[in-house]
Amino acid sequence: MGEKLLVTSSPHLKGPRTVRGIMLDVILALVPASIASVVLFGVRALVVIAASVISAVASEAIYEKAVKREVTVSDLSAVVTGLLLALTLPPGVRLYVPIVGSAFAIVIAKQIFGGLGTNFVNPALAARAFLMAAWPLQVSSKWIAPLAYDSVSGPTPLAALKSGRGVVPGIWDLLVGTRLGSLGETCIIALLLGAAYLIARDVIDWRLPAGFVGTVFLGAWIFGKSGAYFKGDGLTAVLTGGVILGAFFMATDYVTSPVTPKGRLYMGIGCGIITIIIRYWGIYPEGVTYAILFMNLVTPLIDRFVVPKYYGYAHDAAARRAKIGGR
Amino acid sequence: MNGKRSLLHDFTKGFIEENATFRMVIGMCPTLAVTTSIVNGFWMGVAVIFVLTFSNVLVSALRKVTPDQIRIPIFVILIATPVVIVELMMKAFLPDMYRILGVFVPLIVVNCIIIARSEAFAYRNPVLNSLLDGLGIGMGYTINLMVIGGIREFLGTGKIVLFSLGSFPAKPLFDPMAVMLSSPGGFITLGLLMAVLNILIKRSEARKSAGQQVCHD
Repeated sequence: MGEKLLVTSSPHLKGPRTVRGIMLDVILALVPASIASVVLFGVRALVVIAASVISAVASEAIYEKAVKREVTVSDLSAVVTGLLLALTLPPGVRLYVPIVGSAFAIVIAKQIFGGLGTNFVNPALAARAFLMAAWPLQVSSKWIAPLAYDSVSGPTPLAALKSGRGVVPGIWDLLVGTRLGSLGETCIIALLLGAAYLIARDVIDWRLPAGFVGTVFLGAWIFGKSGAYFKGDGLTAVLTGGVILGAFFMATDYVTSPVTPKGRLYMGIGCGIITIIIRYWGIYPEGVTYAILFMNLVTPLIDRFVVPKYYGYAHDAAARRAKIGGR
Repeated sequence: MNGKRSLLHDFTKGFIEENATFRMVIGMCPTLAVTTSIVNGFWMGVAVIFVLTFSNVLVSALRKVTPDQIRIPIFVILIATPVVIVELMMKAFLPDMYRILGVFVPLIVVNCIIIARSEAFAYRNPVLNSLLDGLGIGMGYTINLMVIGGIREFLGTGKIVLFSLGSFPAKPLFDPMAVMLSSPGGFITLGLLMAVLNILIKRSEARKSAGQQVCHD
């Protein structure tokens, strides 16, 4: 049917950039964080990542074969989804968790809604939210002590901040990643290295992560300390939990973030506000997952209201009328 | 509607063609709320079958003397009768199940399925047809509740409890997913089942029309 006449809408000029190229860049940018997780938490981290990625790719291939769609494994988006999901999980998690999670991400969150480009939420985060509801104990307690490679049941820095019990690590520990946490969220330096690469390659827009991280920083500074405003520790708030991982690698997903620069800034700020609300007034210690998922849902609305000014047009109806009347 | 409906069709249409949950998408509150196990789904379904058949017969029998303007209040009163019967019977003979189903038993009185069948079917059809319609729709609904309940129970607890026969398998096969017993699990199960049923119906319709017409595409 497609061979008869090919009618496509604009754009007709195509750049050299491909989905595969962009996904490859994202994978490259996640390599430092992945290596850091293996160094910090041992081979176990590598096993979790491998299980997650293999399950994601296999689910994509099997589902697309089953419904007789073109198999799009080679665009690497499934690899990115699997890798991102693995990086949000605790290192000591049982292996069925990343396997089921990746399958959920690909089949339920992505393929059922039409595949890459038509999923309405970030598949990796949808899967993480599902896993948090399905096996809460696995996703929130299977920590491994960094460099000691031993499973522990202590509170993560965020849980310690929230409950007031346990030790909150210093800034240096947070930057290097020697603290309890999910695979890919602990080593901030490695994450920032990858993020810098993505921004330099113009794969992601700096506005969204800037709005996200900035809002979390400000929010924590204002509300972070109970009983007193403007006394909180903004830096620790940004470096703990999944803020950096979420802001640079997950919220910036093309499919589920606004298309305009201004809209992206709004989405970042929205993510930051929801993260702060969940952290300080919600029951969970961390809110990045739900913040991004919620803003994913609002993305079409942002795109509808944040419309770029057309070149050569007056920017609102009143001004346009004035202009026409003036002639 | 052309001509005289067949009695058999009035009974069987409730299973697939006019399936309450997946085709008409009505009666969703109990569908999502009480389907955490096969047994819950079964007893909820039985309650609905009883109420629906009873009220369909009453509405149909009184359809010629029911003034059009106040038919809905009259339906509600007619429906309330079997609902109270079911509620008192459950309290007396199945107190444990009544505790689980709780408020959803008295709420059958405002269940969309019952009112919809009164309005759309029983009010315009003879008693025997209405009786069969109530039985068919009710049994279709019961099957829906049991299928959803079974899937959620199996994934959410790792096993299935079949009445007094005990649980199969005796020990959970895997680490149960808590989410399947909460409302998100209900929505996911419902959505996926609806998608599967839609695919199957579309396929069978395509096959039917392919048999009738040579060139449909």
